[in-house]
Amino acid sequence: MVDFGGWDMPVQYSSIIEEHHCVRRDVGLFDVSHMGEIDVRGPQALQLLESLTPNAVSKLKPGQAHYSALLYEHGGFVDDILVHKVADDHYFLCVNASNQDKDYEHIREHNRLDCEVEFSSPKYAQIAVQGPKSQLTLQKLTATDLAPIKYYHFADGEVCGVPARIARSGYTGEHGYEVYIAPASAEKIWNELMAAGQEYGIKPAGLGARNTLRLECAMALYGHEITASITPLEAGLGRMCKFDKGDFLGRQALLAQQEKGITRLLTGFEMTGRGIGRDGYETMIGGEIAGWVTSGGPSPTLNKNIGLCYLPVAHTQPGKTFQILIRNQPVDAVTRPIPFYKRAN
Amino acid sequence: MYPDNLRYTKEHEWVRVESGTGTIGITDHAQHELGDIVYVDLPKIGATIDQGKTIGSVESVKAVSDIYSPVSGEVVEINEMLTQSPEKLNEDPHGAAWLVKVRLTSPEEIKSLMSAADYQTYIGA
Repeated sequence: MVDFGGWDMPVQYSSIIEEHHCVRRDVGLFDVSHMGEIDVRGPQALQLLESLTPNAVSKLKPGQAHYSALLYEHGGFVDDILVHKVADDHYFLCVNASNQDKDYEHIREHNRLDCEVEFSSPKYAQIAVQGPKSQLTLQKLTATDLAPIKYYHFADGEVCGVPARIARSGYTGEHGYEVYIAPASAEKIWNELMAAGQEYGIKPAGLGARNTLRLECAMALYGHEITASITPLEAGLGRMCKFDKGDFLGRQALLAQQEKGITRLLTGFEMTGRGIGRDGYETMIGGEIAGWVTSGGPSPTLNKNIGLCYLPVAHTQPGKTFQILIRNQPVDAVTRPIPFYKRAN
Repeated sequence: MYPDNLRYTKEHEWVRVESGTGTIGITDHAQHELGDIVYVDLPKIGATIDQGKTIGSVESVKAVSDIYSPVSGEVVEINEMLTQSPEKLNEDPHGAAWLVKVRLTSPEEIKSLMSAADYQTYIGA
């Protein structure tokens, strides 16, 4: 067990590689109760979130969610978040565990519209059911018809007779669900899900597999790909910035950066030399430090050593050779398109 | 689990000494803590190594861990099998998945290492 923002979290239950394959091939269960939740309510909830997040909240329909962020005025990340529209006057945010206090304070500080901002994390446990057999597994335990719930949509219903928010989302690149429930019911629902998935070979999966799965899909992890000193444009997340929606915190800085042109960009890489480029290792071009690795490790699906790193924009087209400094030795790597893995359907 | 003919370090390496040559490996406890091992970096044949100093590294999916030599000497053989099949370290860490063989220069260093019983107490096994 490791300490993760004050939570005791299993890195692995059996083997990271086995758990990883189990999610890609069948179904895996993640206890992600550490994730934070914030409810924003009131007639001005839409206006507040439009002013604090770069994505177009007004485009969401009830029961729909999108990937977005909280940004500082200078354009760097406070956090990356999921925004769920529950009703016209109610939005539900899922935020990173280690950032939840900071996020809550950030929203409250900018809450000039008198919205009700509730720190709801203690009210929710979260279990992620991920993999091709996730729908078959979860459907056994809920009367909510899962088939019509599209990606980045959710439904409020019941799981094992307990109120649950069932969201079609995840951090693995597979078909899957994130289920929000009251903490008191979490153990029971976990056990029921393990039993329901038994015929499909369900396994509990830890933080280790969660990391290798998201890395293959090049999904950002706060503190690695995105930080307070990285902007969405640099992180390759320009698609979440809807500049034409009106003003939002960070917009001016991002527009200025876009006009000037970014200098560094998040890039995928594959090791071609012997070694594994890991978080924090420096990247080099022509003997000069050129950036750093944000996440790196072996890809169980591709059986290669892959990663994400920052490089000067001119060096980010796929197929460019560069070096990663591994324990003071430059080792060859080559830029690759991301995501590394995309599921077939 | 922990053979009596090996001596152990606090950094979870072991050494087995036979006629002036030490065979070095990592312990079962170490492989278990690391999880799936995917890469092993070993010194070159002929390299001089010192007790307590880094001689290479073992990487699992999640982390890198340095290997500290339990003894001083000259590397005379490395286990080439681990280059192709690092996962063998998870399967047979006290046997087929030894790391390097060393010609000892200070055989008395062995006395500073733990016995199997002491090591098991140390790791709380």
